[in-house]
Amino acid sequence: MQEAMINRAKQLLADGSVDRVIGWKRGEFEYDITPAVFTSAEELDADFVYDDFTAANVSKYLVKESKKEGKILAFLKPCDTYSFNQLIKEHRIVRENIYVIGIPGGPKLDAERIKAKGITGILGAKNDNGTLIIDTVYGEEKMPYYEALSVKCRNCKSKNHVVYDELIGEDGDILDSNRFDMVEKLENITAQERYDFWREQLSKCIRCNACRNVCPACTCEKCVFDNPDSGVENKAATDSFEENMFHIIRAFHVAGRCTDCGECSRVCPQNIPLHLLNRKFIKDINSLYGDYQAGEDTTSRAPLNDYKQDDCEASIVHERGVE
Amino acid sequence: MQVNDNKEFQPLIVAFCCNWCSYAGADLSGTNRLNYPTNVKIIRVPCSCRVNPMFILRAFQRGADGVILCGCHPGDCHYTSGNYFTRRRMTLLFSMLDFLGIERDRTRVEWVSAAEGAKFAATMNEFTEAVRKLGPNRRLEDLRCRKQ
Ligand code: SF4
Ligand code: SF4
Ligand code: SF4
Ligand code: FES
Repeated sequence: MQEAMINRAKQLLADGSVDRVIGWKRGEFEYDITPAVFTSAEELDADFVYDDFTAANVSKYLVKESKKEGKILAFLKPCDTYSFNQLIKEHRIVRENIYVIGIPGGPKLDAERIKAKGITGILGAKNDNGTLIIDTVYGEEKMPYYEALSVKCRNCKSKNHVVYDELIGEDGDILDSNRFDMVEKLENITAQERYDFWREQLSKCIRCNACRNVCPACTCEKCVFDNPDSGVENKAATDSFEENMFHIIRAFHVAGRCTDCGECSRVCPQNIPLHLLNRKFIKDINSLYGDYQAGEDTTSRAPLNDYKQDDCEASIVHERGVE
Repeated sequence: MQVNDNKEFQPLIVAFCCNWCSYAGADLSGTNRLNYPTNVKIIRVPCSCRVNPMFILRAFQRGADGVILCGCHPGDCHYTSGNYFTRRRMTLLFSMLDFLGIERDRTRVEWVSAAEGAKFAATMNEFTEAVRKLGPNRRLEDLRCRKQ
């Protein structure tokens, strides 16, 4: 796959169709794959990477990149195409300046999960019938493949590219992802248990803001958390109120726009299951206002920018689920 | 006004009222000499949809034990559709608070017209009682703001 991508990128650069390519290169470690922009065939040959650790969604980088001179080639996984569509819908990116090649996605590996097994010095990994064979500087290691998968890929919602100019590889289908199972579980325990669950999770937050910075829906030029007059600007949360507030507001701001791309949970250094907050909103929207998948198209009205005269009243929250 | 019995827990209730209906409704309940608890502090907003989720959280942070949002009845908003947007926003916000384990009876939306002074008073009495039963807000409070 990586070969085919590099070759196609080189062709498009050579015939002048694009001026730059956004893809990934290796960071400090072998498994640390980070988004990067390439401008020449030499750079592509030297650094371009697409492997099982390549999970980052590059669509948000296009907010800035697509406003620069010339055209840029972007490689998008199926989940990334939803983010891309949503950004078009919100007029955040200049579509004419981007050439999209759809590529097959995961399942991707999460190095943190491998490290959690005490395996370090990772150089590479291969799936062998459900067992992950990991090549490390200290020799070969093994672990169950499923346990090494990133959270976002375990509940993949779609292998289908919703937007592209051309595809490398096959397009897939929308999947039955069971992604609301955990949300449902939480809905069915008591309020006290839910409170305890979230206290344990949210109190780990160090307010690094990585979840906001990586989110393709968080593209505000002036974020409320950057505003020194808001009283909630970036700083370590001092108490449980601020922890709750940050997470409620962050998730609320992307409600109806979050494509469930999973980037926020992926980047959280504290492994806070942020996707559960986003999915709670998605689940509520689906059940109260009709099924809606952000990023599926570029024309539908976002559920929070829309209404029906016979929408349910807010009191519905008091009438259902477990208290 | 009712005289509060100090031994009982006195919840602080913040009521966001839209200028065109609910605030006028509150006024009417006053001119009609209907009783509603002094626990209720009214914040006037131009329209119910002026209320950003942060306002609700901020009210809790600053010591509210319950927050109620009042606006014109659906279809009657001075700005035509503001309260329809409010309704979706607050439904989702309250649901999220519930998901985080915050007591669901601390939040409410109620539609009160300018002619419904009696409904305003009744709503406030009822809501204050419901919040009194829950006791002080501990799950969404900011310790730095706690009154001793
Ligand atoms: S990425 Fe994680 S630790 Fe950082 S601000 Fe977000 S939730 Fe908190
Ligand atoms: S909130 Fe998380 S899952 Fe949703 S769009 Fe943002 S990064 Fe993706
Ligand atoms: S947290 Fe809210 S204000 Fe900040 S970037 Fe995201 S959507 Fe915009
Ligand atoms: S003016 Fe009353 S709800 Fe809009």
